[in-house]
Amino acid sequence: MMHADAERVTVPQVGSANFASARARLDGIGFLFLLVFLLALLSWAWSSGMLPEILSYREDIIYLFRQHIELVVSAAVLATFTAIPIGAVLSRPAFRGSSELILQIFNLSMTIPTLAILALSMSVLGIGFAPAVFGLWAMTILPIIRNTYTGLRAVSPHLIEAARGMGMTPAQVFWRVELPNALFVIFGGIRIAFSICVGTAPLAFLIGAGGFGELIFTGIALNETPMVLAGAIPTALIAVITDFLIGRVQYHLVPRGINPLR
Amino acid sequence: MEHLTKIFGSRERGIVAVDDVSFELPKGEICVLLGPSGCGKTTTMKMINRLIQPTSGTVFIDGEDTSAVDPIRLRRSIGYVIQQIGLFPNKTVAENICVVPDLLGWDRRKARSRAVELLELVGMPPATFMDRYPKELSGGQQQRVGVIRALAADPPVMLMDEPFGAIDPINREIIQDEFLRMQGALKKTIIFVSHDLNEAVKMANRIAIFRNGRLEQFATPAELLARPANDFVANFLGSDRALKRLALVSVAEAMLTDFEIIHEDDPAARAEAALRASGLLALPMVDAEGRPSGMLAQGDVAQTQATAAECSRPVHATVQISADLRNAVALMFAQDMPVLPCVDQEGRLKGILTWRSIVRSLSVRGADS
Repeated sequence: MMHADAERVTVPQVGSANFASARARLDGIGFLFLLVFLLALLSWAWSSGMLPEILSYREDIIYLFRQHIELVVSAAVLATFTAIPIGAVLSRPAFRGSSELILQIFNLSMTIPTLAILALSMSVLGIGFAPAVFGLWAMTILPIIRNTYTGLRAVSPHLIEAARGMGMTPAQVFWRVELPNALFVIFGGIRIAFSICVGTAPLAFLIGAGGFGELIFTGIALNETPMVLAGAIPTALIAVITDFLIGRVQYHLVPRGINPLR
Repeated sequence: MEHLTKIFGSRERGIVAVDDVSFELPKGEICVLLGPSGCGKTTTMKMINRLIQPTSGTVFIDGEDTSAVDPIRLRRSIGYVIQQIGLFPNKTVAENICVVPDLLGWDRRKARSRAVELLELVGMPPATFMDRYPKELSGGQQQRVGVIRALAADPPVMLMDEPFGAIDPINREIIQDEFLRMQGALKKTIIFVSHDLNEAVKMANRIAIFRNGRLEQFATPAELLARPANDFVANFLGSDRALKRLALVSVAEAMLTDFEIIHEDDPAARAEAALRASGLLALPMVDAEGRPSGMLAQGDVAQTQATAAECSRPVHATVQISADLRNAVALMFAQDMPVLPCVDQEGRLKGILTWRSIVRSLSVRGADS
């Protein structure tokens, strides 16, 4: 009873704290780097006299920004809420035999070019918001499904045995043990998925759903660099900020005990 | 737990994991299920809380047929510790301990104060440890938390699957001792799976030896070591099983007390007479407080007019009467002392151990049990 003191551990905490702060620093550095890059871009735009031209698209930018965000958020949120249950179902013992096959089929669907998916969904759903969201959704679900599946399967069977042995119902085992312990990996999937979604969203313009693609593609067609930049710079900003925000959410939502970043 | 009887058969045509096992364990005792890996001991244990459904046969706890109880409720009433500990890494130490109380719907404050109490019981200051995560604990601390987590809802029965298997030998000894002390106060009925004979002999009130799903012998450790039921058990226990029995006998049980006490100022002639009467090679000499202060050997006391003190040799070692014979024998070997003085807490001479007294006490116990 008197020995607990003798073996007090300090090393792992120190280690993980170092790792975490290093990681946080890296995040910070990346963010800083991007800001510097954007400032350089802006100053270049300014010196080449393009900034006023870019800013002349201000109203378009604000309007398209809303449209773009709507597209990304609806597709990504929809994808998250469909992909996590699918991944969870695939990780159940009942699917042990077939889950890898099903995932391979999903993988195969990833090889279809984004543009083709958008074109296909347009030919079925017509043009506008709905087919675009569907196309983006289809591109976004796979990383989340895969990470949910992998994360849940990676939960140590000993934890599940202990949980069952202590009298948890299967639902309690899932919600209290499996899901929390897979959360970090699932969030990794969500992060990847969101950046794919944000990156793909400009293509939605091609099937009539608007977004910054409108400025980019029109700019390319008209050979108007300021117009292209007026669409590209906000798109890049949205991508980086989204990733940063999800990183923050992941950092705070995943409990310290299983979060290697903290 | 009054009746623990089990009979099972095969599953899916063939592999008989546990074959027609029956035994009964009295309340408050530790029963170690012992055997080589794959012998069915873990399967047997898991059938008690129905993590594995018996093919046939029944488990009774306190006279109640467990197959009639909802398995979830049953498991919540049985403490469960596994070798891999299985602390939930997403929960703090306190949350881990409170898992079963939470499942049972205890009041939060009551569950938390129970966690404090249990942490104190194993010497882990609650203020320091309550809010730590499992990864911030050492292996030994994790194991302690694993055990007290199983104790949290105060279940009368506990199942422990090689709970100390993953700990280094030094800490294992410490935790075993700690656990035995706790058990002394708690008096749980414990089914304990192990493949370590020394651990079994140390922890068990009863040992069940398994082979290929069959129960080979169910007996107290002393009986098991003295009278193995068959060749398999004898082999499993090892040819040095007589030595293992030493751990089961205390010095107080084996020591000789019928010899003459020699004092420091007694004449050597008296010492010689006492030696001759005892037929021993040496006898201890005591000081005014009754503590052994020297050893008198046969050659040294012959033909001399001196006092006993003047022809004594120093005492190299004594043994506490509460120690077990294994320690005593180790001392006798290490110090080359065929006669070992046995002392109480205050260091006063209570008796002596000789090789013959040790052999006799082992044979007496063998006959008793």
